[in-house]
Amino acid sequence: MEEEYVLLKGNEAIAHAAIRCGCDGFFGYPITPQSEVLETLSLEKPWETTGMVVLQAESEVASINMIYGGGASGKRVMTSSSSPGIALMQEGITYMAGAEIPGLIVNVQRGGPGLGTIQPSQSDYNQATRGGGNGDYNTIVLAPASVQEMADFVDLSFELAFKYRNPAMILSDGVIGQMMEKVKLPPFKARLTREQIEERYPWAATGRRSGRTPNIFTSLDLSPVVMEEHNKHLQAKYAEIREKEVRYSTYKTEDAEILIVAFGSASRICKKTIELCREQGIKVGMIRPITLWPFPTVAIRELAKRMKQVFCIEINAGQMVQDVRLAIGDTCPISHYGRMGGMVPTPEEIVNVIKQ
Amino acid sequence: MTKEELISPENIVYEKPRLLNDVDMHYCPGCSHSMVHKLVAEVIDEMNLEERTIGICPVGCAVFAYRYIDIDWVEAAHGRAPAVASALNRMWPDHLVFTYQGDGDLACIGTGETIHALNRGENITIIFINNAIYGMTGGQMAPTTLMGMKTSTCPYGRQADLHGFPLPITDMAATLNGTCYVTRQAVHTVAAINRTKKALRKAFENSLQHKGASLVEIVSTCNSGWKMSPIKANEWMEQELFKAYPLGDLKDLEEGVIK
Repeated sequence: MEEEYVLLKGNEAIAHAAIRCGCDGFFGYPITPQSEVLETLSLEKPWETTGMVVLQAESEVASINMIYGGGASGKRVMTSSSSPGIALMQEGITYMAGAEIPGLIVNVQRGGPGLGTIQPSQSDYNQATRGGGNGDYNTIVLAPASVQEMADFVDLSFELAFKYRNPAMILSDGVIGQMMEKVKLPPFKARLTREQIEERYPWAATGRRSGRTPNIFTSLDLSPVVMEEHNKHLQAKYAEIREKEVRYSTYKTEDAEILIVAFGSASRICKKTIELCREQGIKVGMIRPITLWPFPTVAIRELAKRMKQVFCIEINAGQMVQDVRLAIGDTCPISHYGRMGGMVPTPEEIVNVIKQ
Repeated sequence: MTKEELISPENIVYEKPRLLNDVDMHYCPGCSHSMVHKLVAEVIDEMNLEERTIGICPVGCAVFAYRYIDIDWVEAAHGRAPAVASALNRMWPDHLVFTYQGDGDLACIGTGETIHALNRGENITIIFINNAIYGMTGGQMAPTTLMGMKTSTCPYGRQADLHGFPLPITDMAATLNGTCYVTRQAVHTVAAINRTKKALRKAFENSLQHKGASLVEIVSTCNSGWKMSPIKANEWMEQELFKAYPLGDLKDLEEGVIK
């Protein structure tokens, strides 16, 4: 098939990738800076082509519960929102984790706390990687650093969500959501039929065929003995995800003496920083966690062993740096630099931090 | 004739519905839930829908409904059943998707989801158990608690200045463009049970024929929450609850919602 390159905003790329990857339904509520996802889907009318459902829900609370219901049906369903809306969705996300319902949540982050601002931020890192709702659970979190990755991570997120029957999140931000880049669109994948879903996902609520036991989705059991066993099962699953699904990339770490740890849009800014530093003879490299949960703890620990200094650059007050500290301990000095409230650091600003 | 001779297939006049599981229910003796469960199971069986039915449980007394009816179920967060059902039905448009909710779930914490699912004309059935009290948590005030009615959170009786007014959510539902069938029934007599069964069947047929949203309210007893004997609870329901929530159809569009 001929490769299709198009110029798209990150949010538009999410929408096109969803239509192409066999997504069965999108349920969302408008909020800046992610509204283009629902707008693009509404304009594309996939219900007339692939049969994908697109519904503007009455709230983020309703949206996430639609994902809960749609995911229980064994279909690929997703929502997208931005920080305050994602906060509202936490109830549904913990119910999905508890009832082991797959689904995709896209967070195009903006500055907080509260209503905050509409400019970019990475200050939902803790919320995303620690679960965010009540109870002991984790959400698989992927952090795109380009419009291409916005497109690519849609299918990947669904694959992981269904592999582990767990909610997955794309943790983006207003920079990646709003900027335009060249994207190679993923190939079209057919939506699954009822028979295919019954075969692949025998756990799904498809209507109880004669002879099978009912498929029941609940996160409730009044017996603490049963609930502890359920929690142990979830924890074993999370351990397997930690073992198998860590993803990261490195940049100019071979000869580096200083290591930057940055994800998403901050990692793009840091690429320029590294270029500027190297022009001045400062050997800086970077590791970019692609999965924020599971976190690339071992990779960071190993790299840090041969570094003089580690800088954690985030667009927040210092959230991922806690995971970096857990990874490195006292083996190498660690500093954090970040901006807040919708302000984004410049490459030069970070160069100055490193030089000091 | 001995008892053994009497027990033969040709003499059966009443039996447990096939889709009702043979387990003890957690409902209090005298509660309306078990009767409504039985009717739901019967109608699904009679309509031969078990292979394409998905029920949504609420949070409240019916939280364990999935233990009792032998179909696929999704347990929703408190109040969110209509949102869950909306998506499930859009994923499986030819399935019967119904929610089963109490007054706190449907008319308080889930008012937004209820009104919007109905107003979108989702092809779902909402079964609404209205007993004017929170049963599961032990008898607190509900959105449908009557003026003057005593509960553990309005122990001196519901007063407008303190608690506001009962929410007429079923009447509201009848005004929405997305609803094709809104009815209020009960299960306190044999005749009422028969009418409720017919109403459930009509609602399920509407859903399958994509006629829009159907709401079947069933005014119910909560003798434990009301602190009454089952007999007294039935009498009080007829005397007081039916005054505020009169039985009958509020809306019935034969042709369904024109979308």
